[in-house]
Amino acid sequence: MSTLSPTPLQFIIITILKIAVVLVITLTAVAYTVLLERKVLGRMQNRWGPSRVGPFGLLQPLADGIKLFLKEDLVPFAADRPLFIVAPIIALACSLISIAVVPFGSVTRVKGVDIFNIADLNIGLLVILGITSIGVYGIALSGWSSNNKFALLGSLRATSQMISYELALGLSLVGVVLRAQSLSLRSIVNSQSAHGALSWNIFGGFQIFAFFIYMLAAYAETNRSPFDLPEAESELVAGYHTEYSSMKFAMFFMAEYANMITVSCVATLLFLGGASSPFGNLFPDFGGTIVHAALPIFWFVLKILFFLMLYIWIRATVPRFRYDQLMSFGWKFLLPLAMVNIIITSLIMALRA
Amino acid sequence: MQLALFLIFGGLAVAAALNLLLQRHPINSALSLVVVMMSLAVLYWSLGAEFLAAAQVIVYSGAIMVLFVFVIMLLNAGEEERTTGSRAAYIVGFPGAAAIFCLLGFVFLSERKALGLANLGGYLDEAGSNISKISTVLFTRLLLPFEVTSILILVAILGAVVLARKEQ
Repeated sequence: MSTLSPTPLQFIIITILKIAVVLVITLTAVAYTVLLERKVLGRMQNRWGPSRVGPFGLLQPLADGIKLFLKEDLVPFAADRPLFIVAPIIALACSLISIAVVPFGSVTRVKGVDIFNIADLNIGLLVILGITSIGVYGIALSGWSSNNKFALLGSLRATSQMISYELALGLSLVGVVLRAQSLSLRSIVNSQSAHGALSWNIFGGFQIFAFFIYMLAAYAETNRSPFDLPEAESELVAGYHTEYSSMKFAMFFMAEYANMITVSCVATLLFLGGASSPFGNLFPDFGGTIVHAALPIFWFVLKILFFLMLYIWIRATVPRFRYDQLMSFGWKFLLPLAMVNIIITSLIMALRA
Repeated sequence: MQLALFLIFGGLAVAAALNLLLQRHPINSALSLVVVMMSLAVLYWSLGAEFLAAAQVIVYSGAIMVLFVFVIMLLNAGEEERTTGSRAAYIVGFPGAAAIFCLLGFVFLSERKALGLANLGGYLDEAGSNISKISTVLFTRLLLPFEVTSILILVAILGAVVLARKEQ
């Protein structure tokens, strides 16, 4: 691990390698998250879930991918063609871009470049919020360009749900930022690394209310149960992706699960200490460079898996909200609660200083 | 490299603004405006104002323009119709625009020295974060305008609520 500063060519090559690896891993994770959800939902409903294709159904994502590729790609006659094609691109691109600022391991430098973080920006958290705001356009334009009343209504419901819960989402993260004194995700992770699990923001940082507000707002942002009215089959045909088939539908589908993974990454970094181990400094340092590099990634992936299982568990358990219940919950309950959390956190910090 | 970034995104902003004027359907104009906002965010970032760039994306592109797009979708505004245009527009319009452009160009070029030069990328590695500097100024020197602006926005929200309520 050298700490020399890299030449521009080295920097570009290492960055492109990082992006390729992270992209491949994320897309594979998206495909297998679909399988995980179907299996876990199945077991919770006392049935098997996909189990025919490959051992334990492990080749199911491959079969799904081949099926979606080979389906006929329809564009409705009176649809607005450029916007129809651009909408799923915006949705998928925005859900994948947020992974670029996420640090998924401890600081490990190769030729001076940190290999476990694609871009360590000093406003990393604001970039994630900004990309989430832009992702709303994918859904808004998909419903409108389909030239279909049900799709338009579904997309407008989804869009208004997403922009309402973005407020609670952003405000719930302010408590964490106050504690870490920085918006850079690395600094936020480092501020939770003092004593292992006790100094994570959810426990020692007393941001447990912010954590719950964040989880609820995140479920509404990613249009997942119990806030999944826009894509409920019995309500609006299929909502904003009614008219989409084959690869474009696959892109919306992947965008939803990639959003889930991004939200889990952010929750891990902000509330559960990121890649730090829950044991902290209890055990003495062991192992060489490889163990030091790989163990934090293992903890990070474990925490992400915990959040994904939580998503799937809640989907299997809780019935969905009605639209007016959903909007009043976001505006009249979560938003004031988030503001109260900010006030209390800043009061305690001011009194302690 | 900063110059290349400025040229690309400045050119993109101008091209998107021209596209906004030339498109017939309002939704395409609104989306061109989103492209303008995001190019401006990149320009702010290259000048060292990264918080402002993020705020531009979150507030302008992500909230205000979404509202514009919502309104256009709900009001079902169709494409503009092609009309023959009035003679007066051609006679007064093009020369008038060219005259104003020449006047502004003359004023800017003759006051070149007083305007100075922009330091592209020169502020990027300043010590002290953007946000602490902005908040220090906002809550000490500019506290009164800040509070008055919040009240202004509150008045606007109340006005919207009153106007949108059903008559009872």
